[in-house]
Amino acid sequence: MMERKERIEELLESLWIITVEGQKDKSDFSLLKDDDAVKDLISMGYVLVKENQLGLTEAGKMEAQKCIRRHRLAERLMTDVFVEKSKLIHETSCKFEHLIHKDLEKSICTLLGHPKTCPHGKPIPPGSCCRGASKETLKKIIMPLAELEIKKRGKVAYLQTGNRDVLQKMIAMGVLPKTEILLLQKFPSYVIQLGNSQFALDQEMAAQIYVRQV
Amino acid sequence: MQIEKNHDGPIEQSLEIALGAIEGLLHDHYPLSRRAVGLLLLQEDHEIQEMVQESQPAIMSHIEKIISGVKAHYAYPIEYEIALRRRDEVERIINRVVKVKQKEQRIAEKISALMMNPIAGFPLLFLILYFGLYKFVGVFGAGTVVGYLEERIYNAYLNPVLVKTFSYLIPWRILQDLVVGEYGLLTLGLRYSVALILPIVTFFFLFFSVIEDTGYLPRLAMLIDRTFKRIGLSGRAVIPMVLGFGCATMATLVTRTLPTKRERLIATMLLALAVPCSAQLGVILALLGGHPMAMVLWAGIIMMVFLFVGFLTAKLLPGERPSFYIEIPPLRLPHLGNILTKTYTRVKWYFWEILPLFLLASVLIWLGKLTRLFDLLIFLFTKPVTMVGLPKEAAKVFLFGFFRRDYGAAGLYDLHKAGLLTGDQLLVACVALTLFLPCVAQFLMNLKERGWKTGLSVSLFTLVVAFAVAFVVNLVLYNFGISL
Repeated sequence: MMERKERIEELLESLWIITVEGQKDKSDFSLLKDDDAVKDLISMGYVLVKENQLGLTEAGKMEAQKCIRRHRLAERLMTDVFVEKSKLIHETSCKFEHLIHKDLEKSICTLLGHPKTCPHGKPIPPGSCCRGASKETLKKIIMPLAELEIKKRGKVAYLQTGNRDVLQKMIAMGVLPKTEILLLQKFPSYVIQLGNSQFALDQEMAAQIYVRQV
Repeated sequence: MQIEKNHDGPIEQSLEIALGAIEGLLHDHYPLSRRAVGLLLLQEDHEIQEMVQESQPAIMSHIEKIISGVKAHYAYPIEYEIALRRRDEVERIINRVVKVKQKEQRIAEKISALMMNPIAGFPLLFLILYFGLYKFVGVFGAGTVVGYLEERIYNAYLNPVLVKTFSYLIPWRILQDLVVGEYGLLTLGLRYSVALILPIVTFFFLFFSVIEDTGYLPRLAMLIDRTFKRIGLSGRAVIPMVLGFGCATMATLVTRTLPTKRERLIATMLLALAVPCSAQLGVILALLGGHPMAMVLWAGIIMMVFLFVGFLTAKLLPGERPSFYIEIPPLRLPHLGNILTKTYTRVKWYFWEILPLFLLASVLIWLGKLTRLFDLLIFLFTKPVTMVGLPKEAAKVFLFGFFRRDYGAAGLYDLHKAGLLTGDQLLVACVALTLFLPCVAQFLMNLKERGWKTGLSVSLFTLVVAFAVAFVVNLVLYNFGISL
């Protein structure tokens, strides 16, 4: 039974990646014709079959989005907190994601500072907890540099930027995952120390550096 | 550079495989090793792409295919992946050969923290500007030294001798005027450049070299970034802006270091409009020296125009907000040798750059007067000048102001010495002249750096704003019955 559930969730995730993120209407279905999981999905009203093609229904999209979110949060957790070796991330996450229930998902998301992308750069759909992110009680493990306290040290967990120019500036400074940063000042600009160098950067750049407090 | 050869898995390997394939295609005649060229190609370095395109055009499409193949493996750009591996390798080597000792905080670091602290930093900036720019460059350089050079040496000894000699040597009145007349090559061109502008600029560059050598400028950039973001610039623009207080022409050239076209345009415009150069600053400070209230108002008005125009342009010009980072080098005591060398090279560059322009300006003024073209232009300027409440003699100052901004300021100085201006008029004239069209050199630089269309629009814009602001200032002073 457990395996059946996992299979269903994996299928939903695949369909999400192909149809929603790949922006195609439907996915080829011929290989999966006799799969039990597909039949389940159809009977649950999550999937529609048209001309040998599979597509997600609205309810299916909602469910798939949640699965994707759990999967990518699990990946982040493995990389950022357990510092898992890269090739194991996918396998471990694949098992782990199915164990995450709703409350656990919120806690993980909060601990990680509400990440917006997975370690591979794909978007994590936001959950309800991401919206009211400012007033929380749970202590974060990973947070944007902007939320680190002054005089505290953090290790860069990842860079959250789609802007190549900004990324190149980060590379120029040497702000890369695993680099240790000492935050010296936040206003009027952020001042950080890495090794023997000090850099000043603006708020926008500081918000794109996610650190793990050490 | 050697990237670690052990691979973790199939994805990690693809970078090394792609690099190997590219290396195999390249020939050996590049100035860099094939591996280095390959790495730069993977990072899509434009210069290297062009170099290979020129040398081996046949392989480019092949290389592009390899690169797009390897890119598909990574969510981040390849240069990021390479940077990660390079950092790991560096760390591996460093951990084997370097031991780090914890060092105690030095005094320099405490001063550095004060400079970057917003509460202590701005008063400190004010002190630096007050003592460095006002006391040292303005009062001592532009006041004492220039006064001595101009009055005691030039006017008392040199000019009379020059006038006598050349009047004797050149019998024709017209040519006499060109050389030793009121606006003559020697009496005006050389006098202004050697006795007035040279010392002021020298003092400014001395000041600039000192703050540059201590490492203060990046700290200033960091302090001012938030404010500059509002006017569409980043903290990095602080360097051309501060330089603009020395020579706006040179500063316009330095706007090249700004990363986007939008920032360069905004900086060029603000330099043309609201940043007075040292020559101008020297004369204006001397003019307003006796009227402290007028000086405060002048500084306030110029600053307001600077921020307001910057704010508006940033709103109107489309484009991305600039992002800002800068390295903060350790503070250190300035090195005398460095300062003297830097000041010397800058003054030398500047002097040979402006001397011909000064002489040219003298010739143009002479020509303009001879052909009566200037009379026409002065006549055209009389209307706006009287509209802002200035005596019509000031029209001449504005016209000459175009040939060099400081010429105009110096002309104003003569007007003031002749007792032709009240305190109010002095303020209005100084405001208009500071905002007025850039000097001919900066005008040409604007055209050269921004293209003739933009350069011309910027110049026209400053002309309009200068008179509009002066008009408003005059109106306010008059209507509220303020006399300074």
